[in-house]
Amino acid sequence: MTMNSTGRPTSIAANGGSGTDVTVSGSKGLLQAEGLIFEIGSTDKTGVDLAKPKGTKNRLGGVTRGAPSGLPGLTEPEAVRHYVRLSQKNYAIDLGLFPLGSCTMKHNPRLNEKVARLPGFADVHPMQPQATVQGALEVIEELADWLMKLTNMPAVAMTPKAGAHGELAGMLAIRAALIARGEGETRKRVLVPVSAHGTNPATAAQCGFIIDEINAAADGRVDLEDLKSKLVDSSDVAGIMLTNPNTCGLFERDIKEIADLIHKAGGYFYCDGANFNAIVGRVRPGDLGVDAMHINLHKTFSTPHGGGGPGSGPTVLSAALAPYAPVPFIVKTDDGLRFVEHHDEAPESFGRMCAFHGQMGMFTRALAYILSHGADGLRQVAEDAVLNANYILARLKPVMSPAFEGYCMHEALFSDGFLKDTGVETIDIAKGLIDEGYHPMTMYFPLVVHGAMLIEPTETESKAELDRFCNALASIARRAVQKDPSLKTAPHLAPARRLDETRAARSPRLKWTPETATLKAAE
Amino acid sequence: MTTYYTNEHEWISVDGDVGTVGITKFAAEKLGDVVFVELPDAGKQVKKDADMAVVESVKAASDVYAPVTGQIVEGNGAIVDEPAKVNEDPEGAGWFVKIKLADKGQLTGLMDKAAYDAFCANQ
Repeated sequence: MTMNSTGRPTSIAANGGSGTDVTVSGSKGLLQAEGLIFEIGSTDKTGVDLAKPKGTKNRLGGVTRGAPSGLPGLTEPEAVRHYVRLSQKNYAIDLGLFPLGSCTMKHNPRLNEKVARLPGFADVHPMQPQATVQGALEVIEELADWLMKLTNMPAVAMTPKAGAHGELAGMLAIRAALIARGEGETRKRVLVPVSAHGTNPATAAQCGFIIDEINAAADGRVDLEDLKSKLVDSSDVAGIMLTNPNTCGLFERDIKEIADLIHKAGGYFYCDGANFNAIVGRVRPGDLGVDAMHINLHKTFSTPHGGGGPGSGPTVLSAALAPYAPVPFIVKTDDGLRFVEHHDEAPESFGRMCAFHGQMGMFTRALAYILSHGADGLRQVAEDAVLNANYILARLKPVMSPAFEGYCMHEALFSDGFLKDTGVETIDIAKGLIDEGYHPMTMYFPLVVHGAMLIEPTETESKAELDRFCNALASIARRAVQKDPSLKTAPHLAPARRLDETRAARSPRLKWTPETATLKAAE
Repeated sequence: MTTYYTNEHEWISVDGDVGTVGITKFAAEKLGDVVFVELPDAGKQVKKDADMAVVESVKAASDVYAPVTGQIVEGNGAIVDEPAKVNEDPEGAGWFVKIKLADKGQLTGLMDKAAYDAFCANQ
C-alpha cells in the first residue's frame, strides 16, 4: 500500500460488497452497483492530504470543533469512479430519444456550450462594474430583441429563472396593472382550463387570485360555451391562463376569440409558452392578443435541462403590462448599456424577482441557438417538431388509441383505451419502455385523458430513431393486448426492478443515518 | 341514514343535519394507491361544488368537492395519518369529513345508489 507522509491510505481498498440475491457485488455484468457516499467512504480516508501548516495560530477563541465531523472521505480514484458511475445511471438526451411530453427534450447543440464557455461570458461576475461587461449586456439586449420579434410583443422581462418563475412575473404584472386601475381588490378570478399545467393555477393562487376551472370540449380544446358562461358576470375577472398549443398537444383554434372575450370582460390574457417549440417562427403570440407569455429558453431554444439544471423563463409583455415589468432591466444610454435597478427610475415596476440579472449562461446558449438557426431555421424547428410528432401518432395509431381525432401539434397523446380488459395499465407500458432502453413518456398527464401517454419527440430525432422508438413501443402495445404477464413485472433488465412507488410516497426515507444503513443491511 | 352520490364521485351519508362525506369506491379504484390527503379544518364553511379537500395518489392529485353547503364538524384524522385507509374502505372507515348541512334541500339534486352505479357504468 502506498502511504503518504501522514500515513493515510490513498489507494482503493477492497469494497465491502453489499450482498444481493443476484451477485455478491450487486453489479450485473458491467452495470455497476454504487452505494451512497456514506456507504462507500470512510472517515479515515481523504483524496487530498495536506501537511499541517507550520507557524499558524488558532484564532477561533475556543470554538474549534472538538469531535470529528463524521463526513466520509474518499481517495481520488474512488471519488472519480463514484461520480462517473452515478453519471452512467442517468438517462440523458445525449444517450437517446427522451419522449417526455411537455418537456421538449431536444438535442443541445455543442456550439451553444462552446459559446457559453467563452471567458468573457463564463467568468464575469454580477457585481462587476457595468462598464466592464458591456458585451454580456449586449447579449442580453440582442436576445431580448429576438424574443420580442419572434412573439411580436413590445417588452420582455429577462430575469425570471424558470417557466413557473416567468408565470409569476406575468401574473404579478397583471396584478400590478389591476391595482393601478383601482381594481386590485375586485378583480380576483382567474380562469384556467382543466388541462393546464399544474403550475398555472398554483401561480395564480400564489398571487392571491381565485381559480375558476374551464371545462374541456370533446375535441380536447377549451369549451368556448363554458368560458362564455363564466364571463356572464365578468366584473371580478382578472384574466385567463391558457397554454397554446395546449397540454393535449392541440392548437387552441379559438384563441383569438378567447383573447377578445377576456379583453372585453376587462381581464388580461396570460399564455403559457411552454409549448412555444411547436409554433416558433410560424405564429407570433402578440398577434393573438396575448398580454404576457413566458418562454422556456431551456426548451424551445435548447440548452441543458431535465437534470435539475438551470432554467430560464423570460416573459414577454404587452404594452398594457410593460410598465409593471420587474427590475433590473437594460436601457441604452450615450455611455453604453446600463441596468435600471431601483424604484426611483421604474416607479411602476412591481419589484425585483431575483438578486441579479437572470441566467447569463442560458442567455448566451439561447442566443447562439437562435443565431445559428436564423429566422428560417427556427421556422423549420417548429415544422419538424410537429411533423415528427404526427409521424409517431400515425405509426402508433393502429396499435394504440390516440386521445383525439385528427393531427396533433408537437406531441402525440394516447389514452389507455387500447388496454381495456387487458389488465395492463399505462404504468406497465412505461416500465416496458425502460426494458427497451428508453426513458418512459409522460404518463397520467394531462388528467383530462384517461391513462394518458404523452410523447414529444422534438425535431432533433431522425426518421431512423423515430422508427426504432415506434417499433419498440408498438411491440409493447401488442404484448399488452395479448395480456403478456411479463409487462406487469417490468422492467426486467434495468438495474432496479419495479419500485414500490406507494411505499416510497407513503413512508419516504429521505435521509441517510447510520441506523437506516443497519436497516438496509437487514433487509 | 340515506347515502347520496355526486357526479364528481363523492358520497354523503346523512344522519339528522350532519352528513359524512367521502370518495366512492369507484373513485378510489380509479385513483389507485392514495398517498396523501389534505382535509379542511373543523369550523370551516364549505360551499356546494367548491373544492374542500385534496386527495393524491401515485397517479394523480385531485380536488374533493363539497356535495353540500355547510360547516365542517370534523375531519377524519385517521386517513391523514394513514392514507391507505381510503383504498381499504372508501365508503366506511376511509371517510373524509363530517359537514353540518346548511340546506337539506340540496340533497335532492344528488344521485341515489342505483343512479350513481348507472352513471359509473358510462364512465
